[in-house]
Amino acid sequence: MTEKNDIIISLDHISKSFGDKKVLDDISLSIKRGEFVTFLGPSGCGKTTTLRLIAGFGKPDEGTVTMEGKVINDIPPYQRKLNTVFQRYALFPHLDVYDNVAFGLKLQKVPEAEIEKRVKKVLKLVSMSDYEDRDVESLSGGQQQRVAIARALINQPRVLLLDEPLAALDLKMRKDMQIELKEMHKKLGITFIYVTHDQEEALTLSDTIVVMNEGKIQQIGTPTDIYNEPVNAFVADFIGESNILKGKMLRDRRVAFIKHEFDCVDEGFADNEKVDVVVRPEDIYFTTDPAKCQFTAKVNSCTFKGVHYEMWVDTDTGYELMIQDYDPYEVGTEVMLYIDPDDIQVMKKERLANTYAGKVTGEGKVEFLGAEFACDTAGFAEGDEVTATIRFEKVELLDHEDEADTTGHVVFILYMGNHYHLTVKTECGENIWVDTNDIWDKGDFVGIKILPKDIQLSKPAAGNE
Amino acid sequence: MNAKKVIAKAYLWLVLIVLYAPIAFIVVFSFTEAKSLGNWTGFSTQLYANLFTGSMQNATGLQSAVINTLLIALAASIVATVLGTVAAIGIFHLHGRKKQTMTFLNNIPMINPDIITGVSLFLLFVFLGISQGYLTVILAHITFCTPYVVLNVMPKLRQMNPNIYEAALDLGATPAQALRKVLVPALRPGMISGFILSFTMSLDDFAVTFFTRGTIGLDTLSTYIYADARKGGLTPELKPLMSIIFLIILVVLLVINIRQSKQQNDNLKK
Amino acid sequence: MNKRSSWALPYFIFLVLFVVLPLVMILFYALQDSSGHFTLNNVTKFFTDKDALGTFALSIEVAIENTLLCIAIGYPAAYILADNKLNRSAVTVVLFILPMWINALMRTLATAELFTMAGVQLGKGTLLFGMCYDYLPFMIYPIYNQLKKMDKSYSEAAQDLGATPGQVFRKVTLPLSMPGVWSGVMMVFMPTVSTFAISEFLTNNKIKLFGTIIQENINNSMWNYGAALSLIMLIIIGLTTLLQGDQEAEETSGGLI
Repeated sequence: MTEKNDIIISLDHISKSFGDKKVLDDISLSIKRGEFVTFLGPSGCGKTTTLRLIAGFGKPDEGTVTMEGKVINDIPPYQRKLNTVFQRYALFPHLDVYDNVAFGLKLQKVPEAEIEKRVKKVLKLVSMSDYEDRDVESLSGGQQQRVAIARALINQPRVLLLDEPLAALDLKMRKDMQIELKEMHKKLGITFIYVTHDQEEALTLSDTIVVMNEGKIQQIGTPTDIYNEPVNAFVADFIGESNILKGKMLRDRRVAFIKHEFDCVDEGFADNEKVDVVVRPEDIYFTTDPAKCQFTAKVNSCTFKGVHYEMWVDTDTGYELMIQDYDPYEVGTEVMLYIDPDDIQVMKKERLANTYAGKVTGEGKVEFLGAEFACDTAGFAEGDEVTATIRFEKVELLDHEDEADTTGHVVFILYMGNHYHLTVKTECGENIWVDTNDIWDKGDFVGIKILPKDIQLSKPAAGNE
Repeated sequence: MNAKKVIAKAYLWLVLIVLYAPIAFIVVFSFTEAKSLGNWTGFSTQLYANLFTGSMQNATGLQSAVINTLLIALAASIVATVLGTVAAIGIFHLHGRKKQTMTFLNNIPMINPDIITGVSLFLLFVFLGISQGYLTVILAHITFCTPYVVLNVMPKLRQMNPNIYEAALDLGATPAQALRKVLVPALRPGMISGFILSFTMSLDDFAVTFFTRGTIGLDTLSTYIYADARKGGLTPELKPLMSIIFLIILVVLLVINIRQSKQQNDNLKK
Repeated sequence: MNKRSSWALPYFIFLVLFVVLPLVMILFYALQDSSGHFTLNNVTKFFTDKDALGTFALSIEVAIENTLLCIAIGYPAAYILADNKLNRSAVTVVLFILPMWINALMRTLATAELFTMAGVQLGKGTLLFGMCYDYLPFMIYPIYNQLKKMDKSYSEAAQDLGATPGQVFRKVTLPLSMPGVWSGVMMVFMPTVSTFAISEFLTNNKIKLFGTIIQENINNSMWNYGAALSLIMLIIIGLTTLLQGDQEAEETSGGLI
C-alpha cells in the first residue's frame, strides 16, 4: 500500500499565457498514484489548460510538469504514458467503433489477435460489447462517451485525463455515467484527472478537488473539506449553496453577524477582526424552544426542490437568509432559528477595501486603475507615488459610460444577505470590488464612478518600495 | 400560388433552354458530316468514328492537344490538392494578422482575371529567363487552382472536431501518422471536390495557358480550338469530342451533387 | 497546436513567388522602356492612344451592360432556385452551374454559329448576348448561395410585422442578398473587360475588347506597353475590390460544386 502514496504527477510553479492573457498563474500541485483528482472551476479558470499541459498539448511558459519523477515538459503527447477522454469525445468519424478503440494498438503494431481480445475486453468494461461494427456517428452521446473512454483505456495508461466528459449528456445520463466512472476508477486502480465546472459532479466523484479561479488554485482538499471549510467566499459560493455574510470576530469562539452574536469554533483571529462568515442553508435549524432560539425571522418564500424545501427568510435584523429543510413553513410565518457552533465557518477577509498603487498627476488629480480620478491631493506633490484606498460601498456603478471615470465588466456576484458584493474587472485588467444594493448581472458592462471625497490617499507602505 | 409556381418554372426552363442552346447545337451537329457548324448533311456518326480511329486531318495535333490537356490538368490538380490542403490546415490554425494576410493572398488569384494571371506569369518567366513549356503551364495552373482547394478544404476543417488530431497524438500517433490516419480521412470530401474543381478549371483554361506555353508548339485543347478557329476551318471532329467531354462532366457533376444532397439530407435526419 | 500554423508556410512562399512577384513584374515592366530604363511613357501612351482609349471605354461599357443583363436575368433565376416552394430539385441547380465547366471557347464558337445560322448580323448585339451566355452562371451561383443560406425567419419576421410580399423582398430579401450580387459582379465585370478571343469570335473580329489589346501587345513583343495596360486593369480590379469591401468573397465563392 506504500505505492498508493507515491506522487505520480506534480506541477511546480506553472504559468502560462495566451497572448497578453495569463491563464495560469503559478500553479503547484501533486497528484498521488491511484487518486481521483478533479479540477473544478468556472469556464476560463484555467482548468482545461492545466489538463492540456499534463497531456502534452502545450508547454508551460514557466515551471515544470513531472511524471513519475521525470520532467516531461518537452515530451510530445504521443510518448506520454497517459490518455485523454476529450470534450465532445473526438471519435474519428471515418472509423467504426472497433477501429476507433483499436487505433492506439494498431499504431503499436500489436498482433491482430491480441488487439481483438483487448478491444472486446475494454468494450465489455464500458458495456458496449455489441457495438463493434457500428458507425460512431450513429451512436448516442452516452454511447460515444463510452467508446471514447474505451479508446483511451485500451492503451493501459497510468493516468486517464477526462476533459468535461459528461458535459454534453443529459442529466439522467450524467448521473448514471458518474456512478460508472467511479466504479471504473475503483476497478482499474489508475489515476483519474478530471475536469469539470459542475460542483456536484466534483463532490460525487473525487478523492481530491482542486478549485480554480482566474488561473489560480483557490483550494485543494477532499470534498468534505471543501464543502465544510471553504477558505474564501469564492469557494463557498461556487461549491454548493451558502449564506455568505459579513461578520466580526469578537474574540476566540465568538462571532457577530446579521447583528446577532453566535458561538463558533474558530480561533486565532484578532479581537474585533472583520471576517466573512459562511453558513450552509441546511445548517440553519428551526426550533420551537425559545431557549434554543438565537434569532427570529419571517418566511418570505418557500419552494419545493424535490427532496427538501428551499425557503428564504427575512431576519428580525433585516438580512435575507436561505434555509433548506425537509418541512415547509408557510410564507409569512414567524419562525425561531438557531445555528450550531460547528456549522459556522469563519473566513479571513481577503481585503477590507480596494487599494491601488497610484501616482499624483497634478493638483487634485491622481492616476490608478488606468484612469485619472479627481480627489484631494493635499500633502502630496505632482509625481508622488501614493496608495489610493476606496471603500467597497463608495464605488458607484452606472449603466452608461458618460460621467464614468472608467469602465469594466461584472465578473463575479456574491449576495451577502442584505447587499451584493461585486467583482468588476476594469479595462486595465485590474479588479475593483463594490458593495451595492442594485441588481446587476454577470457580464454587465458598467461605468465606474468614484467621488473625489471617497478616495483616500496615503504614502505607500514601506514594504512596497 | 400555383400560377406563381408555373411562371417560375417556365422562367427557369426558358433560361435553361437559352443557356444550353449552343451546347445542344454542338451535340446535334456532331452527328453530321458537314465541315462547318450549322450545316446539316444528314445523320452520321462518321465524325465519332474519325475521332476514335484518328483518321482525320491533323489527327496527331488534336490527339496530342487532348493528351496535353489531360496531363497538365492531372499534374496541376494533384499538386494543387496537396499544396492547398496543407495550406488550409496551416491557415486554419493561424490567427489575426497572419490569417488575414494569407486569406488575402489566397483571394488574389481568384479575383484576378485570367489574362492578368497569364500576363503576369509570362513576365515573371521572361524576367527569370525560364524557358516556357509544360512546366510553366503546370505551374501557372497550380497558381489558379490551389485557392479553390483551400476554399473547399476550409469548411471541412471548421466542421471537424478540433480535438481529433490531438486525440490521435494522445493515442500514440506521431504527427505524420495523425495526418495520414485521421486528418486526411476527415478532410477527404473537401480535397476531392477541390481536386475536381481544379481539374475542370485546368481543362477549361485558355488565357493562362496561352501566355505561359512558350513557343515550343505546346497545344492544349483550348489553344488548339483557338488556333483552329482563327484559321477559319474548325476541325469537325471537335464537335463529337466536345459532346463527349460535356457528357462526362454532366454525369460526374450530377453524381457528386446528388450524393452530396443525399448526405446532407441524411445528416439533417439525424 | 501552434506548430500546425507553420503548415501555411510552403503555400505562403508559393504565393509570394507566383502571385505577388508576377504582379510586381507587371509594375516593373510597365515602368520600363524596351532597353530597361525607367519611364512613365508606357502609361502616358495609353492616355494618348485613341485606339486603346476607345477600346477601353467600349470594354467598360460592354462590361457594365453585360453585368446588368446578367443581374436582370440571373437574379430571378437564383431567387426561384433558392426558394423551397418553387424549386425542390438539386439537379436544376446543377444544370444552371454546369455550363461553367464547358470550354468557353467552344461554347462561344457555337453561339456565334447559331447567330450566323439564324441570320443575325455579328456585332455589338451578338457580343452582348454571347457574353451573357458565358457569364450568366457566374452571376446566378453566388446569388443563389447567398439566398440559400439566408435565415428564413428574417422574411417571416418581416411578414409577421405586417410587410406585404413585395415589401419583404425590397426591405429584407434584396438587401440581405447583396453580398451575393457583389460576388457575382466581381465574377462577371472584370472578366468581361479582359476577355480576348471570345469577343473576336462573337463579332467576327469587328469588335476588340481591352483584353485583346493586351494580348496583341504581348504577342507582338511589346511587353512594356502590354504590362502598362495590364497595370491599368489591375488598378481597376483593386478599386472594384475595395468598393466591394470585405463582403466575404470566401463564403460565397467557396465550394462551387
